[in-house]
Amino acid sequence: MNAQLLIQLLVNGLVVGTLYGVVAMSFVLIYKATQVVNFAQGELLLVGAWVCWALMVKYQVPFYAAMPITMVFMFVFGILIQMVFLRPMIGEPIISVIMVTIALSTVLQASMKWIFGVNPQPFPPIFTSQSVHILGLQIQTVYVMSLVVSLAMMAAMAWFFQASKHGLAMRATAFDQQVAQSLGISVKNVFAMSWAISATVSAVAGVVVAVVNGVSSGLSIYGIKVFPATILGGLDSIGGAVLGGVIIGLLENFAQFIDGEYLHWGNLYEVAPFYVLIIILMIKPYGLFGTKDIERV
Amino acid sequence: MANSMIPAGDFRTSYAADTTIFPTVTSRNVAIASVVLICFAPYLFSEYWLSLLIQIGIYGIAALGLNVLVGFTGQISIGHAAFFLFGAFSSAYLSTKIGVPAFFAIPLSGVVTALVGLVFGLPAARLKGLYLAIATLAAQYILLDFFARAEWFSGGSVPAMAEPFSIFGYVFQGDRQYFYVVLAYVVTCYLLVTNMMRSRDGRALVAVRDHYLSAEIMGINLTKYRTLSFGVAAFFAGVGGALYAHYQLVVSYEGFGIERSILFLAMIIIGGTGSIMGTLMGTAFVVLLPEVMEWVSSVLAGGAIDQALGLKTNITFLREIAIGVIIIVFLVFEPDGLAHRWHQIKAYWKLYPFSH
Repeated sequence: MNAQLLIQLLVNGLVVGTLYGVVAMSFVLIYKATQVVNFAQGELLLVGAWVCWALMVKYQVPFYAAMPITMVFMFVFGILIQMVFLRPMIGEPIISVIMVTIALSTVLQASMKWIFGVNPQPFPPIFTSQSVHILGLQIQTVYVMSLVVSLAMMAAMAWFFQASKHGLAMRATAFDQQVAQSLGISVKNVFAMSWAISATVSAVAGVVVAVVNGVSSGLSIYGIKVFPATILGGLDSIGGAVLGGVIIGLLENFAQFIDGEYLHWGNLYEVAPFYVLIIILMIKPYGLFGTKDIERV
Repeated sequence: MANSMIPAGDFRTSYAADTTIFPTVTSRNVAIASVVLICFAPYLFSEYWLSLLIQIGIYGIAALGLNVLVGFTGQISIGHAAFFLFGAFSSAYLSTKIGVPAFFAIPLSGVVTALVGLVFGLPAARLKGLYLAIATLAAQYILLDFFARAEWFSGGSVPAMAEPFSIFGYVFQGDRQYFYVVLAYVVTCYLLVTNMMRSRDGRALVAVRDHYLSAEIMGINLTKYRTLSFGVAAFFAGVGGALYAHYQLVVSYEGFGIERSILFLAMIIIGGTGSIMGTLMGTAFVVLLPEVMEWVSSVLAGGAIDQALGLKTNITFLREIAIGVIIIVFLVFEPDGLAHRWHQIKAYWKLYPFSH
């Protein structure tokens, strides 16, 4: 039993898990507001990270300026995606909408490879010190930043939904579209807004991952890991998504520990979340906090 | 859709007449004639074109299964490539390690694949379509990981070998002979599905797709039919995969990631969800698209467009982009696919010059 390694891995798990939580949160945001299962969530991370990388490396923009530009770009990008690709699909069967997002993920993934090449690129260093000591553990600065940014985004999201007018409009739309419309909420704007916010939040997560691991098409795996997280937490619960993300992140690293110490199977790290997904679907298909679907006509 | 082409005065007076495979005598004759004609393909086409035809046949069978699931039942699978590959590996395993003749190994591996599919599909098939999508996504990753790991089954990092197809001691060698094997399977599978769709079970699937609540009220067991449809999809994926294994004679898990599953979805969307012949059209479209793009890029080579896009080096990405864009365009502008367009062309000529 290697306690030092276990703790190190669990810290990793917590950091990665909060990131999963953030991405899952933005996934659930789209699902709740617009009933779209977004298979292109990971590609939003990818686009955001590449844009920020291009700004910093190709155009020599400093980080404090590149980040806001990326966020604004992704905000507009999210609105555009919703308007061009998903607005025509309103009212179509759910599988058509799913297939549009799958196709979208292919297009974005391939376009990024086309524009920026297939090789992973390191992100320019942002912090001067490599690591800090917290409670006797050596933790990389980027991990601390990642955790702080993730928690900040979660707090911002919580404030947005609890207190702001747009957030309330979104919650009303998610609750009942017709009632929301009759109260004077523009459902069209809410749909576009939810994609914009989701894209922006994902892009920030994407940049954080890129700072830690460099930019590559592997980033889009975060979009796939969203599914175990959200199924665990309940497909339509934002709090559940965050908790599910953290649990999946911890579980991944715990699986890696078990794998490395005892089983020696290889990449249990990567597939463990999917086993969890299947098990959850078997025993508790609506997740920890999801609403049980009561079918109505 | 198909019924719109029935000539005036041709009334159906019994249920049997209403559920015939071919609506008219001509359509039956055309179908038989085209199968007979395609039998001469090995003598007419070069090896290269023949290999493309074989690919269309193999992928067409797998896509047919997916169309039963997506087009007729309204569920969705994003793990079709993994099931296809499972069929390939299990047929290779059955034929080399256990010694089952390839003739029996192919349908048998279809059954095995269906059983494995049900392990993943069973929890999700009771729920709505999007849960099956997520479960099959998990299956895609779990199965590919399994293939990379299970050396006894798939050879792990070493590709698995498969025996060549043989029947009563006669070994089919080369593309020219294997073509007939694939053709026989394609005809059998397409007839099977056409028959299934006009039976009680097939109509139940369509009812589940159109309105699951009404279907349930009419006494259709939703869980049973959703599971059945998923099993059928996995079965045909397995059969297609097994044919692929005995065609290539070597099976490796590379190139069967999620992109391949998306290609299978592209085939049925382009061809037409819920159209049996459309599946074949869509498969042909997707298989021939790279060839067309290759040809276009060779025509444009050296020109301004070539220099701007860097066609030679970027053709793989451009192909992926094209597939994605084509899926979206079809979903938005032509949700019924090529099959619908084909019917419109036929109707145009039939009604010419009085199109209304």
